[in-house]
Amino acid sequence: MRYIKLLLIIVLLADLFSEKIAAQDTTNLINQLEKETLKDKRVYTVATFKTTRIVDGQSSENLPANVLDVRISHRFGPVSSGAYNFFGLDNATMRLGFDYGITDNFMIGIGHSTYQKTYDAFFKIKLLRQSTGAVNMPVTVSFVPVIAINTLKQFDSVKTIFSDRTSLTYQLLIARKFSEKFALQIMPTFIHADNISFNHSKQNILAIGIGGRHRISKRVNINAEYYYQLPDTKASDSRNVFSFGVDIGTGGHVFQLDFTNSAGLTEKSFISETTGRWEKNNIMFGFNISRVFQLKEKH
Amino acid sequence: MWIKNIVLILVICIAANSPINGQVYFTKNGRISFFSKTILENIDADNNQVISILNLQTGALQFSLLNNAFHFPKAKMEEDFNEDYMESSRYPRSTFKGTIVDINKIDFSKDGTWPVNVSGELMIHGVTKNIVVPGKIIIKGEKISASASFKALPKDYNIKIPSIVSNKISESIDVTVDCLYQKK
Repeated sequence: MRYIKLLLIIVLLADLFSEKIAAQDTTNLINQLEKETLKDKRVYTVATFKTTRIVDGQSSENLPANVLDVRISHRFGPVSSGAYNFFGLDNATMRLGFDYGITDNFMIGIGHSTYQKTYDAFFKIKLLRQSTGAVNMPVTVSFVPVIAINTLKQFDSVKTIFSDRTSLTYQLLIARKFSEKFALQIMPTFIHADNISFNHSKQNILAIGIGGRHRISKRVNINAEYYYQLPDTKASDSRNVFSFGVDIGTGGHVFQLDFTNSAGLTEKSFISETTGRWEKNNIMFGFNISRVFQLKEKH
Repeated sequence: MWIKNIVLILVICIAANSPINGQVYFTKNGRISFFSKTILENIDADNNQVISILNLQTGALQFSLLNNAFHFPKAKMEEDFNEDYMESSRYPRSTFKGTIVDINKIDFSKDGTWPVNVSGELMIHGVTKNIVVPGKIIIKGEKISASASFKALPKDYNIKIPSIVSNKISESIDVTVDCLYQKK
């Protein structure tokens, strides 16, 4: 009988607390469901960089499908040109570009720069995407080939054909978003230079770039990039480019304010044809404006 | 004899507790959407992967969703929502934990629509607020579904909208809940 009494008490207690147990049950169950749904979901890392460029060069970011990005980039003259040139603001070069996302992982772009009257075109494809969850991928890897054509008129004595004016740049972009605040990217680059833009000792140039983003507030980032040209492929009067800038994003618009030692705005010109020197104040101020338009809504 | 009694009581005990488990309903693909209407822009977003649990006996009701599973018509909106407003990497989930206050009036054995009141804690962007929301429980055969719509103010959940876009994002967001439950 004692046992029965004890059991009765247990049953009574269980009934008394059944409501509490039930509430506990739902919480446990929801935690279990949360875990289950996370386990079979691949979570892609988004917004590694604010825009598709770090400063001048490409970032691992792609435009989403059906998004058009109109980009206007300005570079003023060197600050070292002094007060007469209003510290460079009297001379400006610019690039007008149109980029478009075909899919979330594949985008194309065209542009025209006043510098060397260059036309350029590129595509960018994501080969790997950083993710957690069902698939753990530490980095995003993209491939970007760029073709650029210098259309500056040459002296009549110099006969050029199309291939003399055409340069090709191939880049791999290996990026990782380490935290909400910080992302880093490494860019192995191969450039086949054209014959007329610069006095290259070797036509094939190898470079390695490194770039990063540091988020200082929700809408403001500091970006920087540096390209190191391998010494035996680099032209003797070419300098390695270093650029940094601040970008400010506000719903569809991104403004970038940059300082760089390069006047060129296409890959082959800023990576392999930069002559400005930071230590001599041959630095240029510039800004980029990017405006995106969703051409086809998702639903 | 007492062994027999113990067995009997154990059976009663299990039987008494089992309906609790038997009356738990859940879904992994409930739908929560929201809508912001201004003169300049209408924004609507959908999340079809909402987890919810409903206990018919106690009226306990819980929701949990991943903020980055909201889908927007424009890709840029989705990015801004997660990066700038919801801060989804810091606050990955929004949850609700509460009860259907008047669960006892519902007769689950008959088809019908029952207006109910739900009271509990809504957690968005790391901020928890007590809310009371009217909703509906719909019983149709074996199926139980729940729906509700209510307004939420971003400023209540410490979500700041910068003045430059304040005319594109409403101060009051319409939230709609739609869940079809299955038996656990």
